Amino acid sequence: MGNEIIDGLLKALQLIISGDPTLVEICTRSILISGSATILAFLWGLPVAMILGLKKFRGRFLITGFFNAMLGIPTVALGLLLYLAFSNTGPLGFLRLLYDPVGMIIGEAILVTPIIVSFTTSAIESVDPEIKDLAKTLGASETEASVAVLKESVNGVVLAITASFNRAIAELGVALMVGGNIAGLTSVLTTVIALETGKGNIELSIALAIILFLIVFVLTISMNLIQRRRA
Amino acid sequence: MRKTFFIWVSFLILAVIASVAGTTYYLRASIRERVIISTTSSLYDTGLLNAVETRFEAKYPIDLNFISVGTGIAIQHAKRGDADIILVHSPTDELGFLTGGTGVNRKIFAYNFFTIVGPEADPAQIRNATPLQALSKIVDSGRNGTAKWVSRGDNSGTHAKEKSLWTDAGFNWNTLAKESWYINVGSVMGETLKKADYFSAYTLADMGTYLKYYNDGLISLKVLVEQQKDLLNVYSAIAVNQTLHPRVNFDGAITFMKFLISDEGQQIIEQYGKGEYGQSLFYPAVRLLKENTDSTIAQWIREYAFFNGSECPSEYRKGYPELYG
Repeated sequence: MGNEIIDGLLKALQLIISGDPTLVEICTRSILISGSATILAFLWGLPVAMILGLKKFRGRFLITGFFNAMLGIPTVALGLLLYLAFSNTGPLGFLRLLYDPVGMIIGEAILVTPIIVSFTTSAIESVDPEIKDLAKTLGASETEASVAVLKESVNGVVLAITASFNRAIAELGVALMVGGNIAGLTSVLTTVIALETGKGNIELSIALAIILFLIVFVLTISMNLIQRRRA
Repeated sequence: MRKTFFIWVSFLILAVIASVAGTTYYLRASIRERVIISTTSSLYDTGLLNAVETRFEAKYPIDLNFISVGTGIAIQHAKRGDADIILVHSPTDELGFLTGGTGVNRKIFAYNFFTIVGPEADPAQIRNATPLQALSKIVDSGRNGTAKWVSRGDNSGTHAKEKSLWTDAGFNWNTLAKESWYINVGSVMGETLKKADYFSAYTLADMGTYLKYYNDGLISLKVLVEQQKDLLNVYSAIAVNQTLHPRVNFDGAITFMKFLISDEGQQIIEQYGKGEYGQSLFYPAVRLLKENTDSTIAQWIREYAFFNGSECPSEYRKGYPELYG
């Protein structure tokens, strides 16, 4: 068994170094899908987080509580829900998003939205409230004051984006149930690792696992470094 | 200041939309007309369908998208309109699918045999027994604690076959499944073989998947019972009725079906695995049934997988009479 691991590792490294086309294709697709999902989630998550972080209104704690609870949503549960919605007989069947990369982008964007909202909200909340008042005293409008607060909480926002991308690229449930692991169209790092191992395609799986680990590791470290330099 | 802020925000939103749209375009650029095929795992996991896909896509501007599941789930996909065509191997379930109205134009395109595999030591001594005797012996040894049985447990075609064999051998599958030597793994064929190998247990497998996994060195289980009428395994393709699910690609599905039963498609099936595994993993069925080239097996297929004397009674046919010419 030890031999199998070492052997697999060596062959996996060979695949990575030689730039195996299947490997490159799967990695590119994974990064693009998870990246787009993160950008989309950021687009609709940031305004929500700014409202939750800056405005005080009744029922606000219910909404923040909801997003906090959704942080831990099991990906297969969301995958199932989306499968039923996107299915041809489902309510959104006419959009034809099942077994399609666009469906995966939307699904993963929904999955990571709570991360964007929760992390950004708490980052904004932790900014000293006097900054906003100070900005206003200095003649800033409401919008300008909000931007000033957002600038102060940028570290939290960066963390939110990194965590979202990591979750999107590393999750299996949505990718498998919505994407279906169709070769050349919707197969991504996690679905291939899960399904090819069973077929004896162990080298490819190990290579993909290494890359998945590297992507998450390098991204997180570099984000940390950027934050440290800013601080 | 306020104005520049809004310009920046709208610029940001536009940039985001542009990048997501660009990505989407890139990811889907390669999509031509597509046919979604939910298939029994054995045909896909053995690599046969990859071989078929390469030849098909070189010939037609259509992409084949395979979803490798099991017969039970493939039929479910089809009933929801999520597949254009299914490749399955469970005649009883197929008949239900046809009479339910979702399935049309069934074509038998290949066959092989199920096999009972198990550890080399063969604790239940089933080597060369008939399938039904073998199952009885496995039950006895299982209850003695000397043997184990691994079951697909996933409503696949192989699982359906297993259940009907237990019934024929005089056992009630539902009660057997609760006994401690009976392991329900709920996995596709290849995974099930690997689990059976791990537990040194007996299991029922299709010959194609077994040969592939055995020759690739993934399992060391041996074939103990094979090539008998009770173990016949017949694969058919069934299209999804467009009247029920208007969005399915019916014409594309039929194009693929015609390719499968064409001389070229049948030849791919016959040749696949010969070089690598020393024998075919699947045998073509179209000429066999048409010209009775092997009358024994043709008769077995008719008895096992025909409905009212036909692979697809006329009430379940829809257009394309040449399929049955």
